[in-house]
Amino acid sequence: MQVTMTVNGQTVSRDVEPRTLLVHFLRDHVGLTGTNVGCDTSSCGACTVHVNGESVKSCTMLAVQADGQEITTIEGLASPEGELHPMQKAFQENHGLQCGFCTPGMVMAATSFLKENPHPTEAEVRLGLEGNLCRCTGYHNIVKSVLAAAESMGE
Amino acid sequence: MFPSTFDYVRAGSVAEAISILDGSDDAKLIAGGHSLLPLMKLRLAAPSTLVDIGRLSELNYIEDRGDHVAIGALTRHRDLETSAVLKHSVPILSHVAGEVGDPAVRHRGTIGGSIAHGDGASDLPAAVLALDATMVVRSASGERTVPAANFFKGFLETDLGQGEVLTEIRVPKVSGGWAYKKFNRRAQDWAIVGVAVVRNGSTRISLVNMGSTPLRASASENAINQGASIEEAANLASEGIDPPSDLNASAEYRRHLASVLVRRALQEASA
Repeated sequence: MQVTMTVNGQTVSRDVEPRTLLVHFLRDHVGLTGTNVGCDTSSCGACTVHVNGESVKSCTMLAVQADGQEITTIEGLASPEGELHPMQKAFQENHGLQCGFCTPGMVMAATSFLKENPHPTEAEVRLGLEGNLCRCTGYHNIVKSVLAAAESMGE
Repeated sequence: MFPSTFDYVRAGSVAEAISILDGSDDAKLIAGGHSLLPLMKLRLAAPSTLVDIGRLSELNYIEDRGDHVAIGALTRHRDLETSAVLKHSVPILSHVAGEVGDPAVRHRGTIGGSIAHGDGASDLPAAVLALDATMVVRSASGERTVPAANFFKGFLETDLGQGEVLTEIRVPKVSGGWAYKKFNRRAQDWAIVGVAVVRNGSTRISLVNMGSTPLRASASENAINQGASIEEAANLASEGIDPPSDLNASAEYRRHLASVLVRRALQEASA
């Protein structure tokens, strides 16, 4: 089945089986491997991308369901000139990662969350990221990063 | 994990979806897919055809209709959570929608999908049961309505037939107190036990994950409606109910939780 969608601002068209999951479409068909497959059961959030600007777990969406939609992955967050998104900078500056596996999903979930709640409290950040698991348990600096990003983006 | 192979059809209207369902033994509707796709990936479901109704904007609305609020089946949890109409007239439903899964799940999952899936461990089926909501079901032969009390039939089994589509949920407005208590051990998990209380004249109490369907705590309801104390009513929470044992909790622990949560929910709804 032919699917066409916008991925990180570029139109992408591929012929896929209907059962192809969006995360595999992005990784295996489009070659964007920044989006990770973690639990594969919509629990861990490692596969979080934006669909039309909102966080979605791409292991629990079919590529055919994303036909005609606008997808953003971690590769599409920095500016075309390579300047990191404020959330990426905040993760870098606050050491918001340890092994890094959950990081793309954390960053995508956090950027979607700040659109809905631009000035969150720490408790709200923790709740906003409840769908993203860090196996290193590095939550403290992840939350710190998101709060720092909220501050820098609000300036 | 991949689902088994299937044909995929995007329906342009409810009527088209119904005609595809009618022409198939096992075609399934998909909208957000957050109940169905996990089952398909585990090969617990393997429909030959998926009919995608996710883009039918005709089923995406929240409307104030005087004594009740009508909700299109394709309304997402996120839209229930943030709806001014619901926050004003049925605040418990807005609150419960915000308790489903996590934010990314709520961006995709729909109220119709959750109710048609009919999971006794899910939040929204128990909420519509406590609210005494009415399901509007469309088929080739027309439309019928089913009260929530008759909708949930068994484990992941509802009153919906093969050629039927759940199109709307009609929820009476709530003038009295309400509470939803969800007990789980980790963020975003299903409730080990949950309790919804709605006081609209009389008091209705429903239980999450105490059986194969969402259940009413009838003994507690009768007690509180006949003037018993909250404590007395709460002690009857699992009367006549045979809760499951699983990795999260034994049946005995679930009975204990049900009483504790009914007590807390009644206290909050009466405050």
